[in-house]
Amino acid sequence: MSSIIKRKALRRVAVVAASALAVGLSLTACASGSTSTSGGSAGSAADLDAALKTGGTITYWSWTPSGEAQVAAFEKAYPNVTVNLVNAGTNKDEYTKLQNAITAGSGAPDVAQVEYYAIPQFALSDSLVDLTGYGFGDLQSQYSAGPWSSVAFGGKIYGLPQDSGPMAMFYNKKVFDQYGLTVPTTYDEYIAAAEKLHAADPTKYITSDTGDAGFATSMIWQAGGNPFTASGTDVSVNLQDTGSKKWADSWNKLVENKLLSTTPGWSDEWYKGLGDGSIATLLTGAWMPGVLESSVAAASGDWRVAPMPTYDGTPVTAENGGGGQVVLKQSKNPALAAAFLRWLNSDPESIKVFLASGGFPSTTAELSSPDFLAQAPDYFGGQKINEVLVDASKNVPTGWQYLPYQVYANSIFGDTVGQAYENNSDLNVGLQTWQKQLVDYGNQQGFTVK
Amino acid sequence: MSAATSVPAGPTDAPVRRKPRRLNYVQSSTNPKKRQRKSIVLTIVMAVFVIYSIIPLLWLIINATKSQDDLFSSFGLWFGKDFNLFQNIYETLTYRDGIFVQWFGNTLMYVVVGAGGATLLATLAGYGMAKFNFPGRKAVFAVVLGAVAIPGTALAVPTFLMFSQLGLTNTPWAVILPSLISPFGLYLVWTYAVDAVPTEVLEAARMDGASEFRTFFTISLRLLMPGIVTVLLFAVVATWNNYFLPLIMLSEPTWYPLTVGLSQWSAQASGVAAQPIYNLVITGALLTIVPIVVAFLFLQRFWQSGLSAGSVKA
Amino acid sequence: MASIAVTTARPKRRAKRDWRGWGFVGPFMIVFLGVLVAPVVYAIVLTLFRQQLVGGSGFVGLSNYVTLFQDSKFWESLFRVTLFLLVQVPIMLVLSLVAALALDSLRLHGSGFFRIAIFLPYAVPGVVAALIWGFIYGNQFGLTGSLNKFIGFDLFQPFSSEWILASIGNIVTWEFMGYNMLIFYAALKVVPTELYEAAEIDGAGQFRIISGIKIPALRGSIVIATIFSIIGSFQLFNEPNLLKNLAPNVISSYFTPNMYAYNLSFAGQQFNYSATVAIVMGIITAVIAYIVQLRGSRQEVR
Repeated sequence: MSSIIKRKALRRVAVVAASALAVGLSLTACASGSTSTSGGSAGSAADLDAALKTGGTITYWSWTPSGEAQVAAFEKAYPNVTVNLVNAGTNKDEYTKLQNAITAGSGAPDVAQVEYYAIPQFALSDSLVDLTGYGFGDLQSQYSAGPWSSVAFGGKIYGLPQDSGPMAMFYNKKVFDQYGLTVPTTYDEYIAAAEKLHAADPTKYITSDTGDAGFATSMIWQAGGNPFTASGTDVSVNLQDTGSKKWADSWNKLVENKLLSTTPGWSDEWYKGLGDGSIATLLTGAWMPGVLESSVAAASGDWRVAPMPTYDGTPVTAENGGGGQVVLKQSKNPALAAAFLRWLNSDPESIKVFLASGGFPSTTAELSSPDFLAQAPDYFGGQKINEVLVDASKNVPTGWQYLPYQVYANSIFGDTVGQAYENNSDLNVGLQTWQKQLVDYGNQQGFTVK
Repeated sequence: MSAATSVPAGPTDAPVRRKPRRLNYVQSSTNPKKRQRKSIVLTIVMAVFVIYSIIPLLWLIINATKSQDDLFSSFGLWFGKDFNLFQNIYETLTYRDGIFVQWFGNTLMYVVVGAGGATLLATLAGYGMAKFNFPGRKAVFAVVLGAVAIPGTALAVPTFLMFSQLGLTNTPWAVILPSLISPFGLYLVWTYAVDAVPTEVLEAARMDGASEFRTFFTISLRLLMPGIVTVLLFAVVATWNNYFLPLIMLSEPTWYPLTVGLSQWSAQASGVAAQPIYNLVITGALLTIVPIVVAFLFLQRFWQSGLSAGSVKA
Repeated sequence: MASIAVTTARPKRRAKRDWRGWGFVGPFMIVFLGVLVAPVVYAIVLTLFRQQLVGGSGFVGLSNYVTLFQDSKFWESLFRVTLFLLVQVPIMLVLSLVAALALDSLRLHGSGFFRIAIFLPYAVPGVVAALIWGFIYGNQFGLTGSLNKFIGFDLFQPFSSEWILASIGNIVTWEFMGYNMLIFYAALKVVPTELYEAAEIDGAGQFRIISGIKIPALRGSIVIATIFSIIGSFQLFNEPNLLKNLAPNVISSYFTPNMYAYNLSFAGQQFNYSATVAIVMGIITAVIAYIVQLRGSRQEVR
């Protein structure tokens, strides 16, 4: 009962706060059913409300830590609906299972968490429900442009964004102070800092990178590259375009001179390195603070956030990581699945739970909320980190695309570009090998690849 | 490695060159005439072997007593600041509503049904091969041996596709059915039964009009017991350690065995919203091997005699 | 295999030829056909087709096999496991043999303890073994790191391309040494004591007894252990696949044939080609196991 009262109160607030807060739209649609105010596809949105009223059971695959609390809140708000939350594995493990279920023709969930880079792959195999028919187009204004373009492309809407990962530079201030390093703003300064730090203490490195497809593609994105384009089954791969080369040429200085820690990301040693200062910076997505706070407690107070270094001083960054949820075609109750998805990624209650778990939002309302911007966690020495991170989200170049077989592409990154890392040799050579294998694979699979 | 290496070694290929002997052969250690001078050098050499075998297990035990922070900051072969073993065990057992306990139960079920069924089928079939002359017997022999050489793990894909068409994926059957087959178990029981169950006894029972199955359950089964226990123990190890098959067959953690669950815990340390729980992975690994180690220690007498008896039949 | 000789050697002792035996063999064979033979047949059918992400499936004859024979990744992975097999299997079997002979010598203090302690790793699931060793191998904070610090320079680099096969070989040896030791030990225990006594009366030393009596008595077990180890090496998957997180560039997606098959199907959706890898590996394994088997028995005859 109390949640209904709260809901009504919220609705009133939302309505009063007027259409500036797009969140209000979905909430109204959510709570008031047939009196939906959202334009042309009102009837379809009503389908979702009807589905919520009728109830049923759906399965939701997710590994995000906020999943459990979100599902609990949803089931409380809609007692007729049961959501069976399944942790089917973390990122690529889940995609493998999802792909298996799709191949098998059964066993897929109704709703699944999928990162942005993998969405085109599932979209291409015609495994996802186009949500345009359910009025999801009206939700576009709630999300920042980057994440939205990752779920809506080719005239269809395949999902709703959950988090986002505009990149920033996380640095260990204690290490910087100890070795007299200044916070680099360009890659030249970054490389200089790497040399200075490693010379002063050979056990310390500016960062760790053993070759990670997600990182490399984001760095190319930041450098203005556009190596992958896809339009239907016409694909082009050019990992030697200006942006790709720009990144490779500058990152080469770290790779070839052995200035990168060889500790693989996400290993126990990597976590140790983040805690004891042997890894001094991280260039990564805005979701990182949550991970640092919960898993690198030893370095509390040491870390700070700064904008990404750039090539020419003009602020620019890229998205790294992050993803949303999609509705699978195998779903027997797509309307209910879509209704859950709509609630999950646009209802303020759900987003509140998500934020509390340390996630970085993709919704403009949260990104511009004064409360969010004012947060000054002790872990980061009281720095208002969200100001830096939100600022980054505004500097993401548009037009980036992933391949319609990016999951496979990433799986062979180590075989190709990884070899350049391993041998401390030219990344461009590795990128060329990667490109060749991607072109071959695409052609074998029936794409027209240039 | 894969399942194939964890199946018991069948009887050796060498042609019979000894007469079938009494099963309770004279152990050389019981011969009082034999000199028993102990060798220090040999003992030291063996001590090195033991250290090599034990150190990783010691590492596991020691590190199961550490909190995640200690894990990242203390020397691997010595204890950390705090003794966290019980806390770790508690967290392992309660993490995500006690999913570990569920995995434990799943593993037990797979072991009981899978290894039990494998032993039953292998015993029946091995006995049939040893004691009956039936049409197609040689074909059975050839097909079973031929299939052994095909890499089981590499057949995962077709098995997966086939099972998914039958709607068996993501059910316990997908794990249990393939583990019901133990060609080596069949082979072991077969060669064991040739001598352990005297044909004269069977003929006598037939004269008395007993059915074949009755004879089997009342007479032969008891005679075959040491061989069966050995087959059972190795089948238990194989199913307890089974990883690859459940990994691809199951998508819902509710059906995972411990091995797949632990590797999922290990993998959740990466990416957006990473939640490393290395201390639980380590403690969970310890809890996973404790039951099987205990089973081996307690049943030592049985399986060691079965193993010896198995290799008599060469 | 050779025990065809065993079984055909006893027809006169068996009951008259009739169908009763199927009552016992039948259940096994039904499940066997369902879970082993059917997938093999299905896999062979799969190899004759090619399914694409775009454009569906089509019959391609033997073209998958042709592609495979020209696929340098496949040959590289096959070469790698062959190298692994040639080095790791002899080392493991010799160590197991030494341990078994030591146990059998009756000259040990506390042999029961040694026996069970060395056997214990076999009870550790491969997944857990790879996890434990993955931690121990840590270059900076693991035991290897401590060892390197003690020596003063980075001698051990378990995850470098030079060391990785040795690192995996070490895990496999650790897991299966005790198991093979027990197989050998069990075979040794049934050598009649009188043989040793006779040899000693003839003045033979311990080494003469080992080379003249014990090793020949073990030949059958050694052949079987070798065959199992070959099959195991060709199927290597769990250890490298789990260590890949820690050595992402050194352990490629086609590090072993089995990993290649797995990644082809589950990362690349190339189910047909993956089945081709599986079938070809099955044939290669069977042929090599058969050759070892033949060689083993030929020496026996001589």
